[in-house]
Amino acid sequence: MQRFILKNKTAIAFISGALIALAFLSKLIARFVPGYESAFSWAFEGPMIAASVIGALPIFIQAYQSLRLKVVSIDVLVTIAVTGAFIIKNFEESAIVTFLFLFGAYLEQRTLNKTRNAIKALTEMAPESALRQNDDGEFEEVDVDDVDVGDILLVKTGAKVPVDAEVIGGEGSVNEAGITGESIPVAKEPGSGVYAGTILENGTLQIRAERVGEDTTFGRIIELVEEAQDSKSAAERFIDRFSKYYTPAVLVIAALVGIFSRNIELAITILVLGCPGALVIGVPVSNVAGIGNGASHGVLLKGSEVIRDFSRLDTMLFDKTGTLTVGDPTVAEKKYYGDKTETALDCLAAIERESDHPLAKAVLKDLGERPYPEVSATEVIKGAGIRAEVDGHKLAVGNVALMELEGIKLTPEMVADIKDFESRGSSLVLTAMDGELKALMGVRDKTRPGVKEDLVRLKRLGVKNLVMLSGDNQGTVDAIARELGLTEAHGNMLPEDKAAYVKRLITEDKQTVAFVGDGVNDSPSLALAHIGIAMGSGTDVAIETSDVVLMNSDFSRLPHALGLAKATARNMTQNIVIAIGVVLLLLSAVLFSDWMNMSIGMLVHEGSIMAVILNGMRLLRFKLRK
Amino acid sequence: MKSAVLQLETLVCPSCSQKIEAALKNLDGVQKDTVSVSFSSSKAKFDFDENTLNIEDAEKAVGKVGFEVLKTKIR
Repeated sequence: MQRFILKNKTAIAFISGALIALAFLSKLIARFVPGYESAFSWAFEGPMIAASVIGALPIFIQAYQSLRLKVVSIDVLVTIAVTGAFIIKNFEESAIVTFLFLFGAYLEQRTLNKTRNAIKALTEMAPESALRQNDDGEFEEVDVDDVDVGDILLVKTGAKVPVDAEVIGGEGSVNEAGITGESIPVAKEPGSGVYAGTILENGTLQIRAERVGEDTTFGRIIELVEEAQDSKSAAERFIDRFSKYYTPAVLVIAALVGIFSRNIELAITILVLGCPGALVIGVPVSNVAGIGNGASHGVLLKGSEVIRDFSRLDTMLFDKTGTLTVGDPTVAEKKYYGDKTETALDCLAAIERESDHPLAKAVLKDLGERPYPEVSATEVIKGAGIRAEVDGHKLAVGNVALMELEGIKLTPEMVADIKDFESRGSSLVLTAMDGELKALMGVRDKTRPGVKEDLVRLKRLGVKNLVMLSGDNQGTVDAIARELGLTEAHGNMLPEDKAAYVKRLITEDKQTVAFVGDGVNDSPSLALAHIGIAMGSGTDVAIETSDVVLMNSDFSRLPHALGLAKATARNMTQNIVIAIGVVLLLLSAVLFSDWMNMSIGMLVHEGSIMAVILNGMRLLRFKLRK
Repeated sequence: MKSAVLQLETLVCPSCSQKIEAALKNLDGVQKDTVSVSFSSSKAKFDFDENTLNIEDAEKAVGKVGFEVLKTKIR
């Protein structure tokens, strides 16, 4: 019976609404039809009493249940208020208050569902079933929850990949937009990895499950989004604690007022006015809507604390390689001096082949296939380069410092070239053979396409300083800083120098700092900064360590992330102001005016709840202006 | 010991989660400190001893405080 009533709360709200309408209709008729008046009080109060009783049922039940669990909920306040109104025979108020309360709850549920739709779109991508190979070698359909690590599964064209797995047979292309944000399908063949929640656009794949359920990348993303939406900032925890005592306090105040003023009407009005609805729901609604918007734009903000810090950002620090640049250095310009160039280049290739320095790789790629004479007596000089003997020649490969160290004479022409290369942002690789400079190479890493525009947008959003920290030489760093319009750029920095820099900004300059960088090398800085944003294709690391996760480490989502954080933080403040403002307004109205009664109180109260929900919903449509 | 995730109907008020939490904690066999009810995803999560508690009783307890359980997952 109780469950039946609670399940049909919406129907009850509409019935009670209809009864109230009926009551007002007879009031209207009474005015025009003479003789109807004698029956009027019955025709008006009858439906009102019925509406009160029907409408109060679910509220009473909820109040009873929460009292049994020692929770003084809003239902309790409303129950007492309605009972009070009933006792003093104010049936009109009791009916309208119950109706508004139920109808408000109905509207709130409907609109709240909308704020969660953004996440729903994500969770609905979750695979439900899988084709698993049984002991006879046949494939049969099973629930995705029953798939274990190591199971062999079949994925057909158009189907979702059910788990994170390795391809062991077949070929096909997979749309991984849901996980990586990349909308161009990716080709898969045996040995490739596939992710749960992605869609096989063509081909057929046989896969072996590696991670299942909540352990998959997809499962973890959803888990993180949900956790983020529920995470509470210090302010919210305060509101929670506050409302725990607030509701009983309202009860006590109303009782005291009733006892001393002997005015039951006033006492029960206070009960209704004191309901804490908008205050309790305002901040979580902004949070859910803001994080929901992010999730559908490839941005995950991990909780309201992160939103708050991010929205107050002063300084954004960037790593260079792989963050502002593509992370794939290539030889952009070169110059050869004197004779025997080919011999020198063969020797250079042989030396670079044994190194795994990023510059060496770039040089090797540029040189192409060569005979690779034998290298001996290799000596690495830290921070300078390599010294070695190749095929009877003495070679030195490295930067300008190494040339000075080796006593290589540089002609004015060479010095001018070096300056020239550096000014264009190249890292230099100099090759000297038998005491003479033979080759000068400028290696450059292209800046990410569109990164300049993104930085401009960040600045427009109010980030005061955009600073690059890099291990590269100052010349290169300066050139990139000029190209991108950064505020500051510091070169020659080791990971620990970067961390110290972050620390200084936070403790000495009292700034709010975000660090955008490589998830592995820069992890100390990422951890120290208020907001850490890990880039890099290692999605797992990036997701775990970042406070703000950019899907597929897509730099261009950063401005949206920041704009959204600011909008969400603003929205929370607005909602708190609305909630507190309404309570103050109602209380002063009840004390200083005579038009305030229970029904108006309930109407304004439910109205303020709707106002904060609708205000929060604006975040779902948030989009950064170009 | 198993862990359960109950997908509930949309929770409208954050205080609803208080009620559900209290209802679940009152059950025998439920690990009290593992009970968590998420307002935004409308999910209740908890660990329980499958020998003491039948999961249907947990669903009933949640139903009794006025919330419908849409889906139950046990791991």
